[in-house]
Amino acid sequence: MVHKVNSGHPGGSLGCTEFFVALYNEVMELKEGFDMDGKNEDVFFLSNGHISPVFYSVLARRGYFPVDELNTFRLINSRLQGHPTTHEGLPGIRVASGSLGQGMSVALGAALAKKLNGDDHLVYSLHGDGELQEGQNWEAILFAAGQKVDNLIATVDRNGQQIDGPTEEVLPLGDIGEKFRVFGWDVLEIENGNDLQQVVAGLKEAKSRTGKGKPVCIVMTTMMGNGVDFMMHTHAWHGKAPNDEQLETALAQNPETLGDY
Amino acid sequence: MEKYTDQGKKDTRSGFGAGMTELGRTNPNVVALCADLVGSLKLETFIEENPERFFQVGIAEANMIGLSAGLTIGGKIPFATTFANFATGRVYDQIRQSVAYSHKNVKICASHAGVTLGEDGATHQILEDIGLMKMLPGMTVINSCDFNQTKAATIAIANHYGPVYLRFGRPKVANFTPEHQQFEIGKAVMLNEGKDVTIIATGHLVWEALQAAERLEQQNISCEVINIHTIKPLDEEAILTSVRKTGCVVTAEEHNFLGGLGESVARTLATSHPTPQEFVATQDTFGESGTPDQLMEKYGLNNKAIEKAVLKVLSRK
Repeated sequence: MVHKVNSGHPGGSLGCTEFFVALYNEVMELKEGFDMDGKNEDVFFLSNGHISPVFYSVLARRGYFPVDELNTFRLINSRLQGHPTTHEGLPGIRVASGSLGQGMSVALGAALAKKLNGDDHLVYSLHGDGELQEGQNWEAILFAAGQKVDNLIATVDRNGQQIDGPTEEVLPLGDIGEKFRVFGWDVLEIENGNDLQQVVAGLKEAKSRTGKGKPVCIVMTTMMGNGVDFMMHTHAWHGKAPNDEQLETALAQNPETLGDY
Repeated sequence: MEKYTDQGKKDTRSGFGAGMTELGRTNPNVVALCADLVGSLKLETFIEENPERFFQVGIAEANMIGLSAGLTIGGKIPFATTFANFATGRVYDQIRQSVAYSHKNVKICASHAGVTLGEDGATHQILEDIGLMKMLPGMTVINSCDFNQTKAATIAIANHYGPVYLRFGRPKVANFTPEHQQFEIGKAVMLNEGKDVTIIATGHLVWEALQAAERLEQQNISCEVINIHTIKPLDEEAILTSVRKTGCVVTAEEHNFLGGLGESVARTLATSHPTPQEFVATQDTFGESGTPDQLMEKYGLNNKAIEKAVLKVLSRK
């Protein structure tokens, strides 16, 4: 997808592939079809909207829209905008994201709506680690604990990279799990977020900790660009598309990608 | 000229509070959020009667806007409330992405708009909020003029699907519109028919416009007075019908002349019926500390300023 239009964000997408596959295929309770209100089903919010390629890929495979439509990513007149949006009516998306730091507040609002509706399904969200530099997150983190929003599982993708370099050089985040803990959250870690079994187990463990008076946070360590050797251990592939030769190399390393590129 | 009677001075924010009280009793989907200004927004009764439908977010407006967007997912109708400055400029990107672009059914309800906030000074007196909000695609922008109209507007926006910015204020001002009124979003209210000049006013300036029109009548100048409570979508038909008759217009608002009602009217006239226009508005400036009356006088926002603007625009006909 990213190669075809020569733009997009492959690094973070590859790092979160296992998370999305686990969440949508093994963990979330979903109804058939899509409606905006998401009543009586689990809902998910992607706060770091730039990893739209993996989100769209998993949504299409889960049946929200045709897999063929992935070929329209970032093209004119597409429902698959560069960053996810409700504006073109793409099923599976419930809020626009891309301008960072807003998703946790939205996820919390949806969690409050579920409580008001007596709907005991859960709200899941994903956040980049660099994104936690946005102050709005800390307003939301305070609020979630203060209001005991215990039907939310917020996962932080701890890949340690952002556009200008390693997070710990750009603006150090330190021990993210400890920070959430002292703010009053129940925190667990997924040590290798690129191991599907670990991710499934971590998400299920998180689910078992909901409903106990605390919001739940998963700090999930991932490798940006996972599965493609030249995209790993660097922030260089945050927002850059591979050329023809690089694409061929990358796909050769991932024979199971089913050709949706 | 039509006679309008002040039924007793009241603040428009109390009209909002009264509207919320009624909505609390009649619409179970309405929820309210506030950023540490419950007393200023007159939400006490709503909170007392519906504690489970009120969220105190603390001094954290960005989170409040995001929470509101999320609450719509599941069918709630969130009213996000604080001062106009913190409800718009401080959280513009949150409103832009999570509310407007995502077309969420969020009602941003803002008190203490304009200079009439008074003594707190310019840090709290936003004069740019109408412009900020009207530029967002799909956003409805309303500036109500008195207690009764603000109450009616509050109730009306709950029944309208889509993002809305409702602006009102702090000072006690004349309450002169009917107690039981139908508030139609996007529909101008004709207050007085006249033939020489059209005065188009919004918010606190509507009462001032009526007072100016009364004095001008004594000088044999017949003023048509229109209350535009909805700045977007603008009732262009009502404006054009009036100026085709009178041939000149004065717009009046407690807002910067850049980005406000006057500019929206000017655009309508420029494209459909070019007409001399004068702007009663602040002149690209910040406010300052003072009493509401002193500030209205100093910044040219009262009936005297409207009267002067009418005489000027008549000379340009």
